[in-house]
Amino acid sequence: MVDLNSGHNPDHNPDHNPELAHQFEDMDQQKEAAALGMWTFLITEVLFFGGLFTAYIVFRTQFSEAFAKASHHLDIVLGGINTFILLGSSLTMALAVHAAQEGRKEKTIRFLGVTGILGAAFLVIKGFEYAHKFEHNLFPGASFGYDGFEPDHAQLFFILYFALTGVHAAHMIVGLLLLVVIAWMTARGRFSATYHSPVENFGLYWHFVDIVWIFLYPLLYLIDVTGRTQ
Amino acid sequence: MIVPTRVYYRVSLALLALFILTVAASFIHFGDWNVYIAVTIAVVKATLVVLYFMHVRYQTRLTWIFAGAGFLWLLILFALTMSDYATRS
Amino acid sequence: MTTIKEPLRPDDYLNAGYGVKSWLLTLDHKRIAILYLISITFFFFVGGFFAVLLRIELMTPAGDIVTAETYNKLFTMHGIAMIFFFLIPSIPAVLGNFLVPMMIGARDLAFPRLNLFSWYLYNVGGLFTLYTMTTGGIDTGWTFYAPYSSSYTLSDPVPVVVGIFVLGFSSILTGLNFLVTIHKMRAPGLTWFRLPLFIWASYATSVIQVLGTPVVAIALVLLGFERLTGVGIFDPKIDGDPILFQHLFWFYSHPAVYIMILPSMGVVSEVVSCYARKKIFGYNAMAFAILGIAVLGFLVWGHHMFISGQSVYAGLVFSALSFLVAIPSAIKVFNWTATLYKGQIEFRTPILYAFGFIGLFTIGGLTGLFLASLATDVHLTDTYFVVAHFHYIMVGGAVMGYLAGIHFWWPKITGRMYNEAWAKFSALILFVGFNLTFFPQFILGYMGMPRRYYVYPEEFQVLNVMSTAGASILGLGYLIPMIYLTWSLRKPKTAGNNPWKATGLEWTTVSPPLTHNFDSVPTVTTEPYLYDDTDDASGSAGSAGSAGLAGLAGLDSSARAALPPHPKEVKRGRS
Repeated sequence: MVDLNSGHNPDHNPDHNPELAHQFEDMDQQKEAAALGMWTFLITEVLFFGGLFTAYIVFRTQFSEAFAKASHHLDIVLGGINTFILLGSSLTMALAVHAAQEGRKEKTIRFLGVTGILGAAFLVIKGFEYAHKFEHNLFPGASFGYDGFEPDHAQLFFILYFALTGVHAAHMIVGLLLLVVIAWMTARGRFSATYHSPVENFGLYWHFVDIVWIFLYPLLYLIDVTGRTQ
Repeated sequence: MIVPTRVYYRVSLALLALFILTVAASFIHFGDWNVYIAVTIAVVKATLVVLYFMHVRYQTRLTWIFAGAGFLWLLILFALTMSDYATRS
Repeated sequence: MTTIKEPLRPDDYLNAGYGVKSWLLTLDHKRIAILYLISITFFFFVGGFFAVLLRIELMTPAGDIVTAETYNKLFTMHGIAMIFFFLIPSIPAVLGNFLVPMMIGARDLAFPRLNLFSWYLYNVGGLFTLYTMTTGGIDTGWTFYAPYSSSYTLSDPVPVVVGIFVLGFSSILTGLNFLVTIHKMRAPGLTWFRLPLFIWASYATSVIQVLGTPVVAIALVLLGFERLTGVGIFDPKIDGDPILFQHLFWFYSHPAVYIMILPSMGVVSEVVSCYARKKIFGYNAMAFAILGIAVLGFLVWGHHMFISGQSVYAGLVFSALSFLVAIPSAIKVFNWTATLYKGQIEFRTPILYAFGFIGLFTIGGLTGLFLASLATDVHLTDTYFVVAHFHYIMVGGAVMGYLAGIHFWWPKITGRMYNEAWAKFSALILFVGFNLTFFPQFILGYMGMPRRYYVYPEEFQVLNVMSTAGASILGLGYLIPMIYLTWSLRKPKTAGNNPWKATGLEWTTVSPPLTHNFDSVPTVTTEPYLYDDTDDASGSAGSAGSAGLAGLAGLDSSARAALPPHPKEVKRGRS
């Protein structure tokens, strides 16, 4: 119910939640605004990655054979493990949000912790993959050395590979940093069954980053599995 | 509302099954169709994540509109850009 | 800035806290608006400075003042400063930040800290761009076309590209803030179709900012990647496609022009309605036209690429869609005209700027049709015709709308009135200077003078000299308001709550407003723009302005009690 006389001074209503920001009327409005804000931000992320996917579509349709052959240099097992890891982390993130909604502090932190470990594992594996690429001169630029089919077009593939997975990894890193912050806030007792929207909204971000990978794995790694010789 | 955890476990199983399906399908030679199959499965997986993990199934119409608008604009970007590449002689 | 603080007067937002820290760490949307006002005015003069230099060079057919490379840098920096650091933020970040919460009866935006962060991001972006000027500048044009910007230019685009990327974030966050605020924080009874058109315009602008900016951001990231690694997807040497850069760039940059014009259109609706003392003709059509412009604006970007090598068939599609976007714009011009028709027009400075907007935007818009038409565009593209077209819209349109808004809301923002005589005089100077600068450019372009050239054939000199002369008058027109507006701040805050007797929740507060805007949340029961036709300028103290609003300003409570409550009144607008 809206109290038209609530005034600007929160002290007039001593019962209000200390987490209620002064510009909002009540916790519901604040929660809805925060969620809508996160969704708006995620829309911008969809379009940001969208530009990269557009480039991918343009070049894959033009140079499909070169892309297929270049993709053989990616390790589908490591990529598959990473996909499995991220799916798992999405589950644990959802469970963390659930625990936060129930106001269960320790459970929230535990699930956040597992999510963080899985996210870190993802980045470690990514690191190994990148190291392998650098060793084999597959990073675009002056050091690029490719003796396969249509090296120029293969280089386009690797530019897109590094751009897509690199931007994705950057989002994972930011996600892990935010996760630490959210976990710390949980540990400090900031959240409860009535106020936990930062955890929920962080969950939205985490799931979005997972969705991007859901597309990256088949589009980069699984282009031409049947054409691989090993 | 608080989504019961069994929903999350079931969706995770579905996602796992679809992941296995994606990999399995990639081992079979469908030619040009491989990519369409892979993307379709990915879209189904993404939809499950959006609806259940991101709770859109239980949210207001406004959230549906916001979530949908992002993907609609993505399609505009793809479609009009490809209208150039697809029709170059 | 001296203020004569009267006793017994509560602290308004300008008084509430002194000192640099209270401003640099403020969370008050009104103070943030002032911070933005200072920043964008600075960049306006930076952009203006480059324009002065290039117009001086263009007085003579030969390249005698600067070298070709330097000239390229001048028009590049002019474009970047004006578009990214002045026009795109201008109305949203200054007038929008100040007015959006007030117009919907809220105490602040949804995310005040994000708002302050937006301002800091703006300045960081600006610093990267200014830094480039110390290291030799860039010469790619504000459009950064590959492969010149990615491979061949000897200048360094990377700092500017980073600066604009950061600025893009600032723009996105402002848009995000407005979207959530307008959806979730409207006062009880303030349904969508009771909103002032300035809010509709701010909303549509925010949609564009959120959907479009990320794509130019990724284009710039890829450009940076290409500069740093020496190779990229826009590089023809590895069968990359420079036109792809243009697709990604213009996917944003065309809608960006609607970011620049829609808020101005919102201002014009507010001003026209107030000074004609009539409600806006065809309110619903105006609201839908605003949305239509925003949506259609995303479907036309290829009209910047007709001669780039883009497929002709795609060009046909983009050309047809570009004609469509003229329709909602025309509807708006017709409806403003219909609003003015038989209105009791009071010729104050804001309406003079609005008149300027309507006329000059129409000319700019009509010339856009020549460019939307694929066949004629082949002749006109990359000539001064295009330069004239977009300056008619951006300067004759957007900047005049901005100045209309600054003058209209100045008493609310500062509590002071400016000198009306000087204001009218400078509006006139601006109008004359503007047309003298840019009308000759239509002719020059049609006759074939290319843009971005520092030399030209002798026969074009007369028109170029006219244009430069006009630019000097135009510059004067911009300097004079700086003086009288600043001068007005020396006066006491006696402008009054509603000197124009305007409708709108922002006018029901004191001038300048208190930090928290409204003591009690107002309830809205009527449509906007309830101007009484028979209301005379000196008449009943603001009753036309506050009819239907329960809140601070004197309201006839018996009149309000007589109205049945609207079904949607019960809860604050949350959808």
